[in-house]
Parts: sequence; structure tokens; C-alpha cells
Amino acid sequence: MSHEASSTMDQPHGHVVHVDPEGGKTSMWLFLFTELLLFGGLFLIYGVYRHMYEPAFHHAAAELNKVMGVTNTLVLLTSSLTMVLSVNSLQRNQPKRSMNFLVITLLLSAVFLVIKFFEWSAKYHHGIFPGTEHLHAMEHGEGLFFNLYFMMTGLHGIHVVIGMIVMLVVLAKIRSGAVNVNSNGILEYTGLYWHLVDLIWIFLLPLFYLTT
Amino acid sequence: MSNSNTAAAHAEEHHVLPDGLFILVWVGLVVLTGITVAGSVFFPGQVGIAVAIIVTPIKATLILMYFMHLKYEKPGFVIMFLVAVGILSVFMGLTFFDYLLR
Repeated sequence: MSHEASSTMDQPHGHVVHVDPEGGKTSMWLFLFTELLLFGGLFLIYGVYRHMYEPAFHHAAAELNKVMGVTNTLVLLTSSLTMVLSVNSLQRNQPKRSMNFLVITLLLSAVFLVIKFFEWSAKYHHGIFPGTEHLHAMEHGEGLFFNLYFMMTGLHGIHVVIGMIVMLVVLAKIRSGAVNVNSNGILEYTGLYWHLVDLIWIFLLPLFYLTT
Repeated sequence: MSNSNTAAAHAEEHHVLPDGLFILVWVGLVVLTGITVAGSVFFPGQVGIAVAIIVTPIKATLILMYFMHLKYEKPGFVIMFLVAVGILSVFMGLTFFDYLLR
């Protein structure tokens, strides 16, 4: 991977596009660093409040469903694999295979969101949701735990949805030939974003689900 | 002056890694997840937490190095990442330096 000079590429339909793989990749990584700091700040808040309310956090964490949390972890890990395989396929000039893996990644992402939906609605029916009386009446530490849970998994969930939208756009572009073996940066960067989403979840899992 | 690369030349430049490698990494990630869960289920408390604190960064490293390709990129990318992590560590470290001594 030593030569990534920028150049102009002839695209299908006669367009000439300036391609700068290294610049594009660097830009994407810079964005990922901002995401790291965003979630890092939230992890810091979790860390401080956990330190202040250790027993309450342990007690509250017992309410979360470990099985669902671990299942979601496996779902995301697998979606990261299929994403990599999609990128690889396109780099080997196999656009159909690339699209297939991207579709699988999308399906796994949807599974993740469905499981999340079941988790959240179960909590909602128990009155545990930001803004409810029940949450407000809880012991301070427990209330903090659940607010953090909804905030962080919610923000993560939004990132999953955004990722899925981007994947759909890229899928269409591979289908039209706009994203291809000579110009696959967008798919690669989508992959980087998706791996970060997975990475964040890997840290969310022990913090919220494996605390007891 | 524009120069266009052919698909063949581009594929040569890329040296795409075999799918099997990434499947292997995935297996490793699943096993490590299992270890983390087993640690918290069978050794709840300090031991379980310690397992998570040790294993989770290993999982993160696998994802960064292989899935996110850092192992095969120019070293500059790894350095950039470490700088970002370093900054975050300073935030967290100094914050806890305060809180732990209150």
C-alpha cells in the first residue's frame, strides 16, 4: 500500500474525477478522531459517576439484559466482517460480491436496531425512560446510570442509522458504477466509520451490560 | 495533464488481503467477547471487571489493525490515532486525578 498518489480517473459516462486516496483517508480518520472524543467525553462522564455511585451502578446494571447486549455485540462484530469483505471484493473488481456483502451488513445493522428497540421498549414499559416519574424517583446513582445508558446507546444508535443510510447510498453508487475498483474510497471510508461504530459498542458492552 | 489508471494497475497497487485473514480476526473477536462475558458471569466483581479492562483494548486493537487496516497503512496513521487517544487519555487521566483525590 505504498503508492497512493492522487490522480485523475476516467469514470464511466465520461466524467473525469480527481482521486486522492491518501487525502481522503486522512480526512476520514480526522473525522473519526472527533467521534472518539465525542464518545470519549461520554465515557468520561460514565466513569466519574460510576466512581461516585459504585453500588447504585452495579444494582442498576442488573436490570439490563446481558443476552441482548452480547447478541448485539456479535451482530455488530459480524457486520464489521461483512463490511471488510465488501471493501475487499470491490478492490478485487467484484462489484456484485461487494454489493452482496454490503446488503448483509445492512441486514445485520437492522437486526441490531430491532434488538435495541426491544430492549428500550421493555424499559419503557417498566417506567424506566428519560423523563419518567419512576426514573426521577429512583436513587440518584441508579437514575444516572439509566440516563447515561439511554444517552450513550441512543447516540450510538443514531450513528448506526446514519451508517445505514450512507451504506444505502454507497450501494446505489456501486450498482451504477460510480463507485468501482478504480474509485472505491467512499466504500472504504464507510467501512472505517462502521468499524468505529462497532468499536464504540465494544466499549459500551462491558460498561453497561457486564458490570454486575 | 491527466493520467488514468487501469483496473489492473490499481489492483496491483492495492495488494488486497485474503478474506480468510479477516475471518480469522473475526473468530478472535468472538472468542475474546466470550472470554469477557465468561469473566463477568463466572467471576463477578473485581476479577470480571479486570478481565473486561484487559480484553476490551485487545479487541479494539484487532479491529483497528486489521478491519480498519492500520497495520497496512503508513505509520503516520497509527501515530495520528495514538495522538487522538493520547489527548483523550489526558482528559480522562486529569479528571480522575482530581476525583480520586477528593
